[in-house]
Amino acid sequence: MLDECHRTNHKLRAVAKVETKTSLAKGDLRDVLREMLLIRRFEEKVEERFRAGELPGFLHVAIGQEASAVGVCRALEDGDIIASTHRAHGHTLAKGTHPNELMAELYGKAEGCSHGYGGSMHLYDVERGNMGANAVIGGGLPHITGAALAFQMRGEPRVALAFFGDGATNIGTFHESLNLAQLWKVPAVFVLEDNKWAESTPESQHSPIRDLSDRAKAFGMKALKADGQDVEAVYKTARQALDHARSGKGPVFVHLDCVRLHGHYIGDPQVYRDKDEARKLAETRDPITLLRGKLELSDEEFEELDVEVTEIVEASVEFAKAGTDPAPEDALKNIYA
Amino acid sequence: MPELSYREAVRDALATAMRQDDGVFIMGEDIAEMGGSMGVTSGMLEEFGRERVRNTPISEMALAGTAIGAALQGMRPVAEIMYEDFMTLAAEQVVNQAAKLRYMSGGQLTVPVVFRTQGGAGWSPGAQHAQQLEAWFVHIPGLKVVFASTPEDVRGLLWSAIYDDNPVVFFEHRTLYGIKGNVPEKIEPIPIGKARIHREGEDVTVIATGRLVHESLAAAEEAEKQGVSVEVVDPRTLQPLDEETLVASVKKTNRAVVAHEAVTRMGFGAEVASVLQYQAFDWLDAPVERVGAKFSPLPFAPVMEQFVVPHADDVLQAILRTVGRGN
Repeated sequence: MLDECHRTNHKLRAVAKVETKTSLAKGDLRDVLREMLLIRRFEEKVEERFRAGELPGFLHVAIGQEASAVGVCRALEDGDIIASTHRAHGHTLAKGTHPNELMAELYGKAEGCSHGYGGSMHLYDVERGNMGANAVIGGGLPHITGAALAFQMRGEPRVALAFFGDGATNIGTFHESLNLAQLWKVPAVFVLEDNKWAESTPESQHSPIRDLSDRAKAFGMKALKADGQDVEAVYKTARQALDHARSGKGPVFVHLDCVRLHGHYIGDPQVYRDKDEARKLAETRDPITLLRGKLELSDEEFEELDVEVTEIVEASVEFAKAGTDPAPEDALKNIYA
Repeated sequence: MPELSYREAVRDALATAMRQDDGVFIMGEDIAEMGGSMGVTSGMLEEFGRERVRNTPISEMALAGTAIGAALQGMRPVAEIMYEDFMTLAAEQVVNQAAKLRYMSGGQLTVPVVFRTQGGAGWSPGAQHAQQLEAWFVHIPGLKVVFASTPEDVRGLLWSAIYDDNPVVFFEHRTLYGIKGNVPEKIEPIPIGKARIHREGEDVTVIATGRLVHESLAAAEEAEKQGVSVEVVDPRTLQPLDEETLVASVKKTNRAVVAHEAVTRMGFGAEVASVLQYQAFDWLDAPVERVGAKFSPLPFAPVMEQFVVPHADDVLQAILRTVGRGN
């Protein structure tokens, strides 16, 4: 049965749709900086609480990749959906999940965005269009092709967007999903966050080609590139990709040149990585420092933002710690609809 | 009551659902002009068009995953995996994704997708085109697994599978496509999780699936001639399993044979035998007999293939063993 409610909601949204902006205004940029800083402070707190032994599971932070999450998600419209990766905190916050709900999930609480069933690698917020993080590399890509197919078949002006890393461009689901998406010209956008590392394996050891956009071009797919550390460029490029896909011209591949400032997982000693290079990247390619410089914020102004987001993050920890532990037997719920 | 072949019955369930519901569509390899490798979807392209009868590349991960993605957005896709053996290629999406998305999201997601597939020995396709892999999928919480053996059952169960809000792996047996049977005029949904008693008997219960249902019915006829009254039960749904019906039958007959075409060792029948010994221990007068394929890949040469998989005589011998008269 078609989801009539979904359809109706979408029609209403389409009518109410305001003209979309192709670039961000200065006022927006301050808000963008705030959001990126919130994600940064959130993930730093996650690292701290993990090291303190409070957080179970496997955790991967995306410190350094905030511009990609915020720039892309800002460009989405209501009704658009995303699929994320195992490095999902930033995408989840940028798509609108409250930090309290995210932190509660990381603490395994019933108030969490996946009610304690998912954890860091399985964050969902379906109401807000987040179809989920995925702990299998490339696992969510075919879902995005399929969601976009549903939008196309129902004539809905919605776009489905997948995030993935350079490591994912070697797995079968990547190739199969892009091939099918282009073949059927579905409204999908595939965002490659190319941080040059597949866990501990550098791109030179995992890919025989130096420009991963070539993989999309091989399917005849439109490919765009942007500096993933420059949030304005990310937004503009994502906007262009989403407009193209929404207009029925087919899927778009967005190649973002990104920097992973921390390890693959929290606690990763990064023995595989040149320490000087990592330090240099932190000094020259941190997206938050770059945007702060562009906005010419004074120390006081930055401090003010920092205090504001840090309070939100602290509150999220308090919220999570005060949350409800699921009953052990709740493990047997939600297996079947 | 009209008569339909098993193949026509599958097609009728698909086409009827597609006529009444825009959200239902089919996708798979060679299902459009060619009508699928087994001719099941023959003629459907003409009626429903390319938008809803979608030929896919030979690309099982995307085929399965795209169906999941469309299902997550409220469609009810039916993905045809051409041969059961190729479920291994789709397995990541079926096992790690479809089965677990609802769970991992804490109940936010619903995945109303059907993976139709077919397999079975008898035509000598060899080791990669005839396996029976249902035991792989019954082991995964979050999946429902159906294996129907008659035209009426396959139509009514496929209907229920399409309208079930969970991912369903739907097995068909290749050698059954041509068999005919009466079906109700109008499709009557058959509930998932309900066994069917094909033949009532007093002395032994044979619990069989797929092709072995028919082999077991033939064996029961032969046993009858030898004075042994046999009840034949088809679980039809392997997950969830209608334990109540199976156990009640065995409590009546006090003897049981479990029969399937898949390899006996670690097979679906092992679980059924375990259920029976635990829930009907005091009623059993003989060990539960198991009939299935020998522990071997399927060979090509017809004489070897026939040697590996079970037939009516294997079921008959198992029946006779339970009453102390078999080989």
